[in-house]
Amino acid sequence: MAVTPLLKIARLTKSFGTNQVLKSVDLDVDAGEVVTVVGPSGGGKTTLLRCVNFLEAYDGGSIKIDGREVGYVDNAGGRKRGEVDLAAMRAETGMVFQSFNLFPHLTAEQNVMLGLRQVRKKPLKEAQDIARHWLDRVGLSHKTKSLPSELSGGQQQRVGIARAVAMDPKILLLDEITSALDPELVNEVLDVVRQLANDGMTMLIVTHEIAFARDASHRIVFIADGVVSAQGTPENLMAEVAGNERLRNFLARFRSLKDPA
Amino acid sequence: MGQLIDAIVYAIPFLMSGLGMTLLVSLIVVALSLVIGVALGVGLIYGPLPLRWLIRLLTDCIRGIPILVLIFAVYYGLPPLGLNLSSFWAAILALTLFKTAQVIEYTRGAVSSIPRGQMEAAKSIGLIFTQRLRYVIFPQAVRRFLPPWLNGVTDAVKGSALVSLLGVVDLMQAINQVIGRTYEPMPLYILGALIYFAINYSLSSMSKVLERRYAYIKE
Amino acid sequence: MGYQLSFTQVWRNFYRMSDGLILSLELALISIAIGTLIGLTLAVLHVSSGRVVRTIISAYVEFIRNVPLLLLVYLVFYGLPTVVNIAYSATASFVVTLSLYAGAYLVEVFRSGLDAVPRGLLDAGKAMGLTPWQRLLCVRLPTMTRITLPALSNTFISLFKDTSIASVIAVPELTWGAQWINNRTFRIVEVYAVATVMYLVAGYVILLGLRMLERRFRVER
Repeated sequence: MAVTPLLKIARLTKSFGTNQVLKSVDLDVDAGEVVTVVGPSGGGKTTLLRCVNFLEAYDGGSIKIDGREVGYVDNAGGRKRGEVDLAAMRAETGMVFQSFNLFPHLTAEQNVMLGLRQVRKKPLKEAQDIARHWLDRVGLSHKTKSLPSELSGGQQQRVGIARAVAMDPKILLLDEITSALDPELVNEVLDVVRQLANDGMTMLIVTHEIAFARDASHRIVFIADGVVSAQGTPENLMAEVAGNERLRNFLARFRSLKDPA
Repeated sequence: MGQLIDAIVYAIPFLMSGLGMTLLVSLIVVALSLVIGVALGVGLIYGPLPLRWLIRLLTDCIRGIPILVLIFAVYYGLPPLGLNLSSFWAAILALTLFKTAQVIEYTRGAVSSIPRGQMEAAKSIGLIFTQRLRYVIFPQAVRRFLPPWLNGVTDAVKGSALVSLLGVVDLMQAINQVIGRTYEPMPLYILGALIYFAINYSLSSMSKVLERRYAYIKE
Repeated sequence: MGYQLSFTQVWRNFYRMSDGLILSLELALISIAIGTLIGLTLAVLHVSSGRVVRTIISAYVEFIRNVPLLLLVYLVFYGLPTVVNIAYSATASFVVTLSLYAGAYLVEVFRSGLDAVPRGLLDAGKAMGLTPWQRLLCVRLPTMTRITLPALSNTFISLFKDTSIASVIAVPELTWGAQWINNRTFRIVEVYAVATVMYLVAGYVILLGLRMLERRFRVER
């Protein structure tokens, strides 16, 4: 019965100077699970995500993907992984950013192909096919030759998703991917994410879109003040509200969650 | 009036020869400063701390003194210390030092203006450091570097006029020499000014075209 | 090749360089003052005039910016008196040259400064019923002053360094003073070492002073 979680975060701590953003976070994500992290700003959600692919070096605790510690050779605070090692680990996680971060000098297709060619060492034709396949899946088969500057925000973000997913990562990290989008462009991106979830992609999502979290996640995790304050399936989380004032205050801002159906 | 036309006609071959020298000096200075400047600029960004401090210090010193003082210091100051250079090479050395400091600044500006997110995205798809530089950072840095650099080439051309003070017969010195013989200062100054103008204005126009062409790289 | 460093002769004649430094600063100060008048006037004219005036102003700016300062100095000092009936000292002619030079660069500074005034402030002015002229004087110019302060500081420091060109027409500023001492004592290394240090220190002090001034007038965002 005990299947090791794909992603295992234990007692994670991270400080920026004197500010301890993550005090002790425990979180597991199983293969095929979609876990959404919500919480007030400054609570540590984005920092948590960025520790998983070691864009931030965590100070203490452990993050293991498939049993292997990310970032450090043995344990946190010890010897960091070397450049090549770290790059290989990062290739196993895909990240989609709030500000897209597409490479402006490359077309959509080339953006997706870069990792396939240089990291996965795929031959040109194969990389092209994979890139085109994923751009088609996100609905941009007609824009493969476009530069990011020629795409709308929603389109750019979909390219960002394709770029991350084409690498065939074990887990996808989504960092507030709709926060920088105009409202009318948010849905096209969320639809893509929903599809990926249905296809069994393991995802750790940080978002403000509570309705989306409720509909698409297997589990919602509420992080506040650097710790996991509450977690559960979307239905169970409502039960937690009664005993958790922090959670209640947070959700009070989102009428939609309190609305029945 | 006839005298004026005669003077100008007399001047043209000398001015053209001087122009050739001006262009030669400018070309050598621009080429040397580009290679050395970009190399040191990269060292300034990615090198070890002592190297960064050293480059910073040297750049600030060079940019903090007038070009003329730099030229005189190199021309008059090196022989006593054992290094004898012709006026041509002394001038080129001084101008190259000056321009290199500028190029270092352009390089630093180009690379540091690239948003942090680019490095992060490159990391997130698993590229190692050298790959990140080669496929993500440098292509963007080059496009940010070229317009201001091209514009700065005009400084090399304008600075080259100072070599006339060391006796090198460039366009400026050719003008002075012709005036010495024909006693028609104003028309010759204007003519010379127009030649310098033609060169530099085309350079800065090209720079503006490049700026527009590469605007997409700045989002 | 033994070159013995000896600073005594430099110190004996140091007044040439210290007086020169003061003159350099004065020249820079006067030039930026006149240059500001020129630049500001032309900038205002530029945004409020038709094509012809704008082209003339641009021609002036582009001419000055693309021609070596040395040539401009010669042109004004040696050339002008042959066509126009004026006689002036080397220093006076250099002030004219450097002011015109500064003016050309400052037109650009003030033009972008005027553009950078936030739209919202102008709209507020209009809503209050101010005429275009009043908006210019009461809203645009004061706001623009704070915005352009950094560029003005940098221009001033550049002008300070550019005063060294005046030495070629024997204006007794700092570089000229260094050459004077060099010609008499042949203490080349010492003289130029001192001159370099003086320019660096003066430039740095000016920079610090101007930064402090900027902080006083920081634009509240």
